[in-house]
Amino acid sequence: MNDLLQEQTLLQRIRAGDKAACAECIDLHGPGLYRLALRLVHDDKDAEDLVQETFLQAFQAIQHFEGRSELRTWLYRITYNAAMMRFRGQQATVSVDEALEESGTVIPQQLTDWCCLPEPEFQTDEVRVQIEQAIRELPETLRAVFVLRQLEGVSTQEAAETLNVSVEVVKQRLHRARLWLRERLSDYFVERI
Amino acid sequence: MMSDELRCKDILQDLSLYIDHEASVMLCEEIERHLAHCTDCRVVVDTLRRTVSLYQTLPKPEMPEHLRERLYRTFQLESLLPDHLVVSEPDAENHDDNRSQLHESPKS
Repeated sequence: MNDLLQEQTLLQRIRAGDKAACAECIDLHGPGLYRLALRLVHDDKDAEDLVQETFLQAFQAIQHFEGRSELRTWLYRITYNAAMMRFRGQQATVSVDEALEESGTVIPQQLTDWCCLPEPEFQTDEVRVQIEQAIRELPETLRAVFVLRQLEGVSTQEAAETLNVSVEVVKQRLHRARLWLRERLSDYFVERI
Repeated sequence: MMSDELRCKDILQDLSLYIDHEASVMLCEEIERHLAHCTDCRVVVDTLRRTVSLYQTLPKPEMPEHLRERLYRTFQLESLLPDHLVVSEPDAENHDDNRSQLHESPKS
Protein backbone atom coordinates (compact mmCIF):
# COMPACT_ATOMS: atom_id res chain seq x y z
CA MET A 1 0.00 0.00 0.00
CA ASN A 2 1.51 3.37 -0.91
CA ASP A 3 1.91 6.19 1.59
CA LEU A 4 -1.05 8.21 0.32
CA LEU A 5 -3.40 5.26 0.47
CA GLN A 6 -2.13 4.30 3.91
CA GLU A 7 -2.76 7.84 5.12
CA GLN A 8 -6.26 7.90 3.65
CA THR A 9 -7.02 4.60 5.35
CA LEU A 10 -5.66 5.87 8.66
CA LEU A 11 -7.75 9.04 8.38
CA GLN A 12 -10.90 7.06 7.64
CA ARG A 13 -10.28 4.86 10.66
CA ILE A 14 -9.67 7.86 12.95
CA ARG A 15 -12.86 9.53 11.66
CA ALA A 16 -14.75 6.30 12.37
CA GLY A 17 -13.57 6.42 15.99
CA ASP A 18 -11.04 3.60 15.72
CA LYS A 19 -8.89 3.95 18.84
CA ALA A 20 -6.07 1.87 17.43
CA ALA A 21 -5.87 4.30 14.52
CA CYS A 22 -5.54 7.23 16.94
CA ALA A 23 -2.74 5.37 18.70
CA GLU A 24 -1.03 4.72 15.36
CA CYS A 25 -1.28 8.40 14.53
CA ILE A 26 0.30 9.32 17.86
CA ASP A 27 3.11 6.81 17.39
CA LEU A 28 3.70 7.85 13.79
CA HIS A 29 3.64 11.62 14.16
CA GLY A 30 4.21 12.27 17.87
CA PRO A 31 8.02 12.05 17.76
CA GLY A 32 8.31 14.58 14.90
CA LEU A 33 5.83 16.94 16.53
CA TYR A 34 7.72 16.71 19.81
CA ARG A 35 11.03 17.54 18.12
CA LEU A 36 9.49 20.52 16.34
CA ALA A 37 7.82 21.76 19.53
CA LEU A 38 11.00 21.34 21.55
CA ARG A 39 13.06 23.31 19.03
CA LEU A 40 10.44 26.06 18.97
CA VAL A 41 9.97 26.49 22.71
CA HIS A 42 13.15 25.02 24.25
CA ASP A 43 11.35 23.53 27.21
CA ASP A 44 10.47 19.85 27.71
CA LYS A 45 7.21 20.48 29.55
CA ASP A 46 6.00 23.17 27.18
CA ALA A 47 6.87 20.96 24.23
CA GLU A 48 4.88 18.09 25.74
CA ASP A 49 1.91 20.38 26.31
CA LEU A 50 2.12 21.53 22.70
CA VAL A 51 2.10 17.99 21.38
CA GLN A 52 -0.95 17.17 23.47
CA GLU A 53 -2.66 20.36 22.31
CA THR A 54 -1.86 19.44 18.71
CA PHE A 55 -3.48 16.02 18.93
CA LEU A 56 -6.46 17.44 20.83
CA GLN A 57 -7.06 20.01 18.09
CA ALA A 58 -6.37 17.52 15.33
CA PHE A 59 -8.67 14.76 16.57
CA GLN A 60 -11.42 17.29 17.23
CA ALA A 61 -11.13 18.75 13.73
CA ILE A 62 -10.28 15.56 11.86
CA GLN A 63 -13.76 15.41 10.29
CA HIS A 64 -13.05 18.74 8.62
CA PHE A 65 -9.53 17.91 7.42
CA GLU A 66 -9.87 17.91 3.65
CA GLY A 67 -6.55 16.30 2.89
CA ARG A 68 -5.28 19.12 0.70
CA SER A 69 -1.96 18.72 2.49
CA GLU A 70 -0.39 15.66 4.03
CA LEU A 71 -1.55 14.75 7.53
CA ARG A 72 1.98 15.37 8.82
CA THR A 73 2.00 18.87 7.32
CA TRP A 74 -1.36 19.65 8.91
CA LEU A 75 -0.14 18.45 12.31
CA TYR A 76 3.11 20.41 12.03
CA ARG A 77 1.06 23.47 11.20
CA ILE A 78 -1.15 23.04 14.26
CA THR A 79 1.95 22.68 16.45
CA TYR A 80 3.63 25.70 14.92
CA ASN A 81 0.55 27.89 15.22
CA ALA A 82 -0.06 26.73 18.79
CA ALA A 83 3.53 27.52 19.70
CA MET A 84 3.31 30.98 18.19
CA MET A 85 -0.06 31.73 19.79
CA ARG A 86 1.08 30.46 23.14
CA PHE A 87 4.46 32.08 23.36
CA ARG A 88 4.10 35.17 21.25
CA GLY A 89 0.49 35.91 22.03
CA GLN A 90 -0.20 36.85 18.46
CA GLN A 91 -1.16 35.38 15.12
CA ALA A 92 1.44 33.08 13.64
CA THR A 93 1.38 34.77 10.32
CA VAL A 94 4.03 36.84 8.64
CA SER A 95 3.02 39.97 6.79
CA VAL A 96 4.18 40.60 3.26
CA ASP A 97 6.29 43.50 4.53
CA GLU A 98 7.93 41.31 7.13
CA ALA A 99 8.60 38.64 4.54
CA LEU A 100 10.14 41.21 2.23
CA GLU A 101 12.29 42.57 5.02
CA GLU A 102 13.64 39.10 5.52
CA SER A 103 14.80 38.83 1.96
CA GLY A 104 18.08 40.61 2.71
CA THR A 105 21.20 38.51 2.90
CA VAL A 106 23.26 37.88 6.02
CA ILE A 107 26.65 39.34 5.10
CA PRO A 108 29.47 37.07 6.28
CA GLN A 109 31.81 38.75 8.72
CA GLN A 110 33.82 35.72 9.78
CA LEU A 111 36.14 34.83 6.91
CA THR A 112 38.55 32.48 8.65
CA ASP A 113 38.52 28.88 7.50
CA TRP A 114 37.92 26.61 10.48
CA CYS A 115 37.22 23.47 8.45
CA CYS A 116 40.89 22.55 8.92
CA LEU A 117 40.32 21.76 12.58
CA PRO A 118 40.92 18.08 13.45
CA GLU A 119 37.73 16.01 13.18
CA PRO A 120 37.61 15.19 16.93
CA GLU A 121 37.25 18.93 17.57
CA PHE A 122 33.80 18.74 15.97
CA GLN A 123 32.64 15.71 17.94
CA THR A 124 32.77 16.97 21.52
CA ASP A 125 29.83 17.50 23.87
CA GLU A 126 30.81 21.15 24.08
CA VAL A 127 30.41 21.49 20.32
CA ARG A 128 27.00 19.84 20.43
CA VAL A 129 25.95 22.33 23.12
CA GLN A 130 27.17 25.19 20.93
CA ILE A 131 25.28 23.83 17.92
CA GLU A 132 22.08 23.46 19.92
CA GLN A 133 22.49 26.86 21.52
CA ALA A 134 22.95 28.46 18.11
CA ILE A 135 19.56 27.09 17.01
CA ARG A 136 17.97 28.65 20.08
CA GLU A 137 19.48 32.01 19.22
CA LEU A 138 18.20 31.96 15.64
CA PRO A 139 15.51 34.54 14.91
CA GLU A 140 12.15 32.84 15.33
CA THR A 141 11.00 32.79 11.71
CA LEU A 142 14.36 31.48 10.53
CA ARG A 143 14.40 28.85 13.26
CA ALA A 144 11.07 27.33 12.24
CA VAL A 145 12.19 26.94 8.64
CA PHE A 146 15.59 25.61 9.62
CA VAL A 147 14.12 23.01 11.99
CA LEU A 148 11.58 21.79 9.45
CA ARG A 149 13.86 21.75 6.42
CA GLN A 150 17.28 20.95 7.87
CA LEU A 151 16.53 18.93 10.99
CA GLU A 152 13.21 17.26 10.13
CA GLY A 153 13.97 16.94 6.43
CA VAL A 154 10.56 18.11 5.18
CA SER A 155 10.34 19.37 1.61
CA THR A 156 10.38 23.05 0.74
CA GLN A 157 6.73 22.79 -0.33
CA GLU A 158 5.70 21.09 2.91
CA ALA A 159 7.54 23.68 4.99
CA ALA A 160 5.83 26.45 3.03
CA GLU A 161 2.41 24.90 3.69
CA THR A 162 3.23 24.41 7.36
CA LEU A 163 4.29 28.00 7.87
CA ASN A 164 1.77 29.51 5.47
CA VAL A 165 4.42 31.27 3.41
CA SER A 166 5.60 30.92 -0.17
CA VAL A 167 8.17 28.40 -1.34
CA GLU A 168 10.47 31.29 -2.18
CA VAL A 169 10.27 32.63 1.38
CA VAL A 170 11.15 29.19 2.74
CA LYS A 171 14.22 29.04 0.49
CA GLN A 172 15.32 32.53 1.52
CA ARG A 173 14.80 31.86 5.20
CA LEU A 174 16.66 28.55 5.07
CA HIS A 175 19.59 30.22 3.37
CA ARG A 176 19.60 33.09 5.84
CA ALA A 177 19.40 30.65 8.75
CA ARG A 178 22.38 28.70 7.45
CA LEU A 179 24.44 31.85 6.94
CA TRP A 180 23.44 33.06 10.39
CA LEU A 181 24.45 29.75 11.99
CA ARG A 182 27.69 29.68 10.02
CA GLU A 183 28.53 33.07 11.45
CA ARG A 184 27.64 31.97 14.96
CA LEU A 185 29.62 28.72 14.78
CA SER A 186 32.53 30.49 13.12
CA ASP A 187 32.85 32.73 16.17
CA TYR A 188 33.22 29.60 18.27
CA PHE A 189 35.50 27.51 16.05
CA VAL A 190 37.84 30.32 15.05
CA GLU A 191 38.83 30.59 18.72
CA ARG A 192 40.01 26.99 18.54
CA ILE A 193 42.33 27.25 15.56
CA MET B 1 34.40 40.84 1.64
CA MET B 2 36.81 41.19 -1.28
CA SER B 3 37.05 44.15 -3.70
CA ASP B 4 34.62 42.55 -6.17
CA GLU B 5 31.93 43.10 -3.52
CA LEU B 6 28.82 43.15 -5.69
CA ARG B 7 29.77 39.89 -7.33
CA CYS B 8 30.43 38.30 -3.96
CA LYS B 9 26.97 39.36 -2.80
CA ASP B 10 25.40 37.91 -5.93
CA ILE B 11 27.17 34.63 -5.37
CA LEU B 12 26.25 34.63 -1.70
CA GLN B 13 22.53 34.58 -2.47
CA ASP B 14 22.86 31.33 -4.39
CA LEU B 15 25.19 29.41 -2.14
CA SER B 16 22.51 27.20 -0.58
CA LEU B 17 21.37 26.15 -4.05
CA TYR B 18 25.00 25.42 -4.88
CA ILE B 19 25.83 23.33 -1.82
CA ASP B 20 22.49 21.49 -2.08
CA HIS B 21 23.29 20.62 -5.73
CA GLU B 22 20.13 22.40 -6.81
CA ALA B 23 21.82 25.12 -8.86
CA SER B 24 21.67 24.98 -12.65
CA VAL B 25 24.77 23.91 -14.56
CA MET B 26 25.24 27.49 -15.72
CA LEU B 27 24.96 28.86 -12.18
CA CYS B 28 27.38 26.23 -10.86
CA GLU B 29 29.91 27.23 -13.48
CA GLU B 30 29.52 30.90 -12.60
CA ILE B 31 29.96 30.20 -8.90
CA GLU B 32 32.99 27.99 -9.47
CA ARG B 33 34.60 30.61 -11.73
CA HIS B 34 34.14 33.12 -8.93
CA LEU B 35 35.40 30.75 -6.24
CA ALA B 36 38.53 30.06 -8.26
CA HIS B 37 39.78 33.57 -7.56
CA CYS B 38 37.87 34.62 -4.41
CA THR B 39 39.37 33.22 -1.23
CA ASP B 40 36.75 34.81 1.01
CA CYS B 41 33.84 33.21 -0.81
CA ARG B 42 35.65 29.86 -0.81
CA VAL B 43 35.91 30.10 2.97
CA VAL B 44 32.21 30.94 3.20
CA VAL B 45 31.28 27.98 0.99
CA ASP B 46 33.47 25.55 2.92
CA THR B 47 32.35 26.70 6.35
CA LEU B 48 28.72 26.88 5.26
CA ARG B 49 28.93 23.31 3.99
CA ARG B 50 30.56 22.25 7.26
CA THR B 51 27.87 24.05 9.26
CA VAL B 52 25.13 22.21 7.38
CA SER B 53 26.86 18.86 7.85
CA LEU B 54 27.23 19.46 11.60
CA TYR B 55 23.48 19.96 11.88
CA GLN B 56 22.76 16.94 9.72
CA THR B 57 24.59 14.73 12.19
CA LEU B 58 23.01 16.27 15.28
CA PRO B 59 21.22 13.57 17.32
CA LYS B 60 17.43 13.92 17.23
CA PRO B 61 15.71 14.31 20.59
CA GLU B 62 13.42 11.37 21.30
CA MET B 63 9.84 11.73 22.41
CA PRO B 64 9.73 10.69 26.08
CA GLU B 65 7.81 7.51 26.85
CA HIS B 66 5.85 9.33 29.55
CA LEU B 67 4.54 11.72 26.90
CA ARG B 68 3.32 8.81 24.80
CA GLU B 69 1.58 7.40 27.87
CA ARG B 70 0.11 10.80 28.67
CA LEU B 71 -1.28 11.06 25.15
CA TYR B 72 -2.69 7.55 25.31
CA ARG B 73 -4.38 8.39 28.61
CA THR B 74 -5.72 11.70 27.26
CA PHE B 75 -7.44 9.92 24.39
CA GLN B 76 -8.45 6.89 26.50
CA LEU B 77 -6.17 4.55 24.63
CA GLU B 78 -4.57 2.94 27.72
CA SER B 79 -5.88 -0.47 26.72
CA LEU B 80 -3.53 -0.31 23.74
CA LEU B 81 -0.47 0.06 25.97
CA PRO B 82 1.32 -3.07 27.15
CA ASP B 83 0.28 -3.68 30.79
CA HIS B 84 3.75 -3.16 32.20
CA LEU B 85 3.96 0.30 30.60
CA VAL B 86 0.79 1.64 32.16
CA VAL B 87 2.02 3.65 35.12
CA SER B 88 0.62 6.63 36.93
CA GLU B 89 3.78 8.76 36.90
CA PRO B 90 6.50 9.35 34.31
CA ASP B 91 9.28 6.78 34.71
CA ALA B 92 11.30 7.13 31.55
CA GLU B 93 14.23 5.09 32.80
CA ASN B 94 12.16 1.92 33.01
CA HIS B 95 10.41 2.55 29.74
CA ASP B 96 13.41 2.96 27.51
CA ASP B 97 13.91 -0.77 27.17
CA ASN B 98 10.31 -1.25 26.07
CA ARG B 99 10.06 1.41 23.42
CA SER B 100 9.77 -0.94 20.49
CA GLN B 101 7.03 -2.99 22.14
CA LEU B 102 5.08 0.14 22.91
CA HIS B 103 5.40 1.34 19.35
CA GLU B 104 4.10 -1.89 17.89
CA SER B 105 1.37 -2.58 20.38
CA PRO B 106 -1.37 -0.28 19.01
CA LYS B 107 -1.10 -1.89 15.59
CA SER B 108 -1.67 -5.38 16.89
